[in-house]
Amino acid sequence: MMEIRFHGRGGQGTVVASKILADALAKEGNYVQAYPEFGVERRGAPVYAFIRIDNKPIYDKSRIYTPDHVVVVDPTLVEAIDVTVGLKPGGIIIINSDREPEDFRFQEIYRVATINATDIAVKYKLGTLATPIVNTAIVGAVIKILNLCRLESLVEAIREGVPIKPEDNIRAATEAYEKAKTLL
Amino acid sequence: MKNKKRKAEKIIFNSEKDMPITPMSLGSMAFNLTGSWRNIRPLIDLNNCLQCGICWKFCPDAAIVIENEFPVIDYDYCKGCGLCAEECPAKCITMEEEVK
Amino acid sequence: MKKVIMGNHALSYGAMLARVQVISAYPITPQTQVVELLSEMCASKALEAQFIKVESEHSAMAALIGASLAGARTFTATSAHGLTLMHELLHWAAGGRLPIVMGNINRALAPGWNIWADQNDSLSQRDTGWMQFYCANNQEVLDSVIQAYKVAERLYIPAMIILDAFSLSHTYEVVDIPEQSQVDAYLPPFKPAFRLTPDEPHAFGGLTSPDYYFELRYKLQKAMENVPEIIEETGREYEKKFGRYLGAVEAYQVDDADLILVTSGTAGSTAKVAVDKLRKRGLKVGNLRIRLFRPFPFEIVRHYLRRAKKVAVVDRNISYGHHGIFYQETKSALYGFSSVPIFGFIAGLGGRDITPETFEEIIDYTFSHETPEAEIIWIGVKK
Repeated sequence: MMEIRFHGRGGQGTVVASKILADALAKEGNYVQAYPEFGVERRGAPVYAFIRIDNKPIYDKSRIYTPDHVVVVDPTLVEAIDVTVGLKPGGIIIINSDREPEDFRFQEIYRVATINATDIAVKYKLGTLATPIVNTAIVGAVIKILNLCRLESLVEAIREGVPIKPEDNIRAATEAYEKAKTLL
Repeated sequence: MKNKKRKAEKIIFNSEKDMPITPMSLGSMAFNLTGSWRNIRPLIDLNNCLQCGICWKFCPDAAIVIENEFPVIDYDYCKGCGLCAEECPAKCITMEEEVK
Repeated sequence: MKKVIMGNHALSYGAMLARVQVISAYPITPQTQVVELLSEMCASKALEAQFIKVESEHSAMAALIGASLAGARTFTATSAHGLTLMHELLHWAAGGRLPIVMGNINRALAPGWNIWADQNDSLSQRDTGWMQFYCANNQEVLDSVIQAYKVAERLYIPAMIILDAFSLSHTYEVVDIPEQSQVDAYLPPFKPAFRLTPDEPHAFGGLTSPDYYFELRYKLQKAMENVPEIIEETGREYEKKFGRYLGAVEAYQVDDADLILVTSGTAGSTAKVAVDKLRKRGLKVGNLRIRLFRPFPFEIVRHYLRRAKKVAVVDRNISYGHHGIFYQETKSALYGFSSVPIFGFIAGLGGRDITPETFEEIIDYTFSHETPEAEIIWIGVKK
């Protein structure tokens, strides 16, 4: 079983990111369980989304406290909160950032990967310049970095599940997928 | 229609097995001529009627029918509640004391 | 078709596949998505149903009582304060023997305003005459809606499908959504034995004297007593068509178990993780998840529990001044049949998480004590 935690801010599509990832993984016969932080969301406030992935039914309905990996959708959160809370040793921290992984300082038990999803989202005019919607690009990078599923499955999931600009979202996810490097 | 149905009369059950599962009248309510309860009687002045159908819609006893596009009150069932007169936008329904 | 959907949408899809004809509902967190999707389905004609907007949950149930009496298949969904506001009309629906099916998202009651999982809302309705099904995953939610209509319309008893706030309602899982034609073959249109119609006018729900009221209640109880048998029958028929079986309980690793946990809802799913873990350590532990709470499946519960050496009941609810409610029911099922010590635990009120570790603590306690030290053993109270 693999558990991933997403960090974002309300209004960025963080919960949708975990849902799209779940859709893509389910297409390859995986069992998945995705859920948002239990409670109320506010635009701009830090939000969380979680996903469990397994090759057998997932009976654990409790929350995820010790994720295997984390995804940081909003780079400003790295300074604002501790995104490594509960993160298992060896965990990968995937950050949406224009900086290099070496620029981030975490404990040495963790690895860092960066992807400039904001740039990609702006390029394909997803969301607005002020709040680009980066979730499809992020997920494109996540499936490559964590070696989770084929790009085709994600493309299919976006085509079926993203109502606004599906083709541009697919291009964004594909570009992020191609730029990212597999770490697992 | 009315005459084909069983009359609403007091039925005595000797066993729970004969009883319906829900509280309901067994005879047809068409026989229950509730018009005899009426103290005040609605009268419609058709000259001012807008044919809006509001009285027909609001009548809680379905005692108003539309015939030739105008409302007609079935006094066999009208209980004289006065809702139709209250709701009529043209105020063409008046309630008059029932003479018994 | 397999799809990743949230528990709330599993309710909506279940209602759609059951071809409900009248829906009336009022939105409340964490139920909102149930009726959002249903209203979209009605607007797009994916579902040919009348959606009645109302000003409260009390009115929602009132509207369905009328619609059901007129012969329509009806659905609503609510949660917590919405359900408790309906309370009077829950009696009306059951007393009138109307097979309404409702989704309820288990959420805590205020004050201490709280939108998280807690069973006190639905368990406060246990004496209204509704069947109650507590679900453990999204597939079960969808399947339960379809099967509930089958049972409800056969016995003329309304049914409540219950799912935990967030840990099911807002959790996405893979759900196999059956074909409409298959569901149609399983669930024929609702043709009630009595209904409100101008062709044959009857008065319903009128004054009923002491001469007859008593018998009406006797008949409702007799119908309730038939539920476990009908659930088994309709559950097996469903299994034949769809390959998934749902019974009154889900028994997991109970056959040789020294200690059996009695659980419900999503906690009953998480318990299986703890059972697997402790079995690896050589502890003979099992889990009996109660799916059907009303009517309480006394015989089935007795069958599984009477051979255990210890029973630990875990309640996400409390009857103040008494016990956890599943604990009361389990004790009453075993009274006179078994002297097995029964431990009553309370955990997870107001959405406090119930984890595999919670069950490990409960199991450790039960194994290390002859009998419980208190009427209620609280798990996780900050001391």
